[in-house]
Amino acid sequence: MRTWLRRFAVVLLLAASVTLIGLSRIGSPWVESTRTFVVDLVTPALAALSRPIDAVSDWFDGLYQLTDVRSENQRLRQKISSQRQWEHRARQLEAENRTLRKLLVMTPKGAPPRVTARVIADPGHTFVRSVLINAGTQAGLRKGLAAVNDEGLVGRVTHVGARSARVLLLTDLNSRIPVLVERSRDRAILAGDNTGLPRLIYLPVGVTPEAGDRIVTSGHGGVFPAGLAVGVVVSLSSRGARVQARVKPYVNWNRLEFLRIIDHPIRGIIPATQAAGRGRKAKAK
Amino acid sequence: MRTLSLTQQLDHWARNLTPFAITVALVFLGVVPLPMPDFGAIAPALALISVYYWAIFRPDLLPAVAVFAVGLLEDVLDGGALGTRALVLLAVYGLVAVQRRRLIGRSFLALWGGFFLVGSLAIVVEWVILFTLHWQAINPVPALFQLFVTAALYPCLAWLLTRVHGAVLRQD
Repeated sequence: MRTWLRRFAVVLLLAASVTLIGLSRIGSPWVESTRTFVVDLVTPALAALSRPIDAVSDWFDGLYQLTDVRSENQRLRQKISSQRQWEHRARQLEAENRTLRKLLVMTPKGAPPRVTARVIADPGHTFVRSVLINAGTQAGLRKGLAAVNDEGLVGRVTHVGARSARVLLLTDLNSRIPVLVERSRDRAILAGDNTGLPRLIYLPVGVTPEAGDRIVTSGHGGVFPAGLAVGVVVSLSSRGARVQARVKPYVNWNRLEFLRIIDHPIRGIIPATQAAGRGRKAKAK
Repeated sequence: MRTLSLTQQLDHWARNLTPFAITVALVFLGVVPLPMPDFGAIAPALALISVYYWAIFRPDLLPAVAVFAVGLLEDVLDGGALGTRALVLLAVYGLVAVQRRRLIGRSFLALWGGFFLVGSLAIVVEWVILFTLHWQAINPVPALFQLFVTAALYPCLAWLLTRVHGAVLRQD
């Protein structure tokens, strides 16, 4: 009798699981709010767990670096001198850009406010690619904000709790980011497919990116700020008439420790009266 | 039958909770970020080992409800559709429950082999769920690598669990 009941329990719970999957699929808000609530609950534990691991790995890093100091120094010195040239060029361009914007009476580009958060859980799930960070609504985060680190775009905030948030990595199956091929300014969408090399889809017909082309966010749709570094085109293959390009993101997924969440100034659709007012002001000038 | 004192009852209760507590702890350990090359893709499914072990040796202490809860916790943490991991772990639990009589007296190698089979089932179930949800065939090779890594860790973790089993649970 006991084993029969146990087996029945398994079947019942299997059915419950299927129902939950269905509910998740249709995007039931109840499911998501429960999930966010639970994540918020366990965030302190996760943060506490990951701290010693980070400390230990930093220690090991230090050890490895000691064995490589001289050549690393040389490499870094060369890098600094080439970076200095880029810095100089960047400052020149920035000054030029500022002057041109003033001439065109364009709105100034301020540095967007940002929040830095630590990655507290990297589930490393082979089929879903997202990480948890230890900042939430209390830190000012909202759904949809871009997450970057020093190397480039990491992903996008999809769920926000009080003290935690989930960042969907740009390699995930569900990730779709509007991007630009920097050289030709062609628009496309970067679609993740759970591999390390997301694809460029919806390229204009007849456009072929070249290997080595830099990909940046386009800022279209108000999804992300424009100009965030995403990656580099690495391989091209043709699928009939269309060319499929794969992008290697700049970000090293094994080294996700701290992320910056960028607050995007556009907060959705501008109310009609505000837009009309701006139009009138422009005309008066 | 003598009635147990409060401390004895608490002790009994705490011991019985051990398999569940260990499995939950392994879920947390599994999501802590480790900066190893491509770790994300091959992080071992430690909780699966624990579920397999307790399903064979003490299914009364890790009932289906507990497995369901562990699966839900994994889903909450890894961002997959809620219920995916629960379904996978329940399928594994169910299979082990059915085959338990065959597994219980066997050598360690047989159990290891059994785990490998069970792990393969887990991958298949998960792949099917994701295929049904997203209508896209996802490359299963990373999951296979993960299975190998997990299977490689099985002896070590199973040994630990046996120690815990002996120390904490056989005292009655």
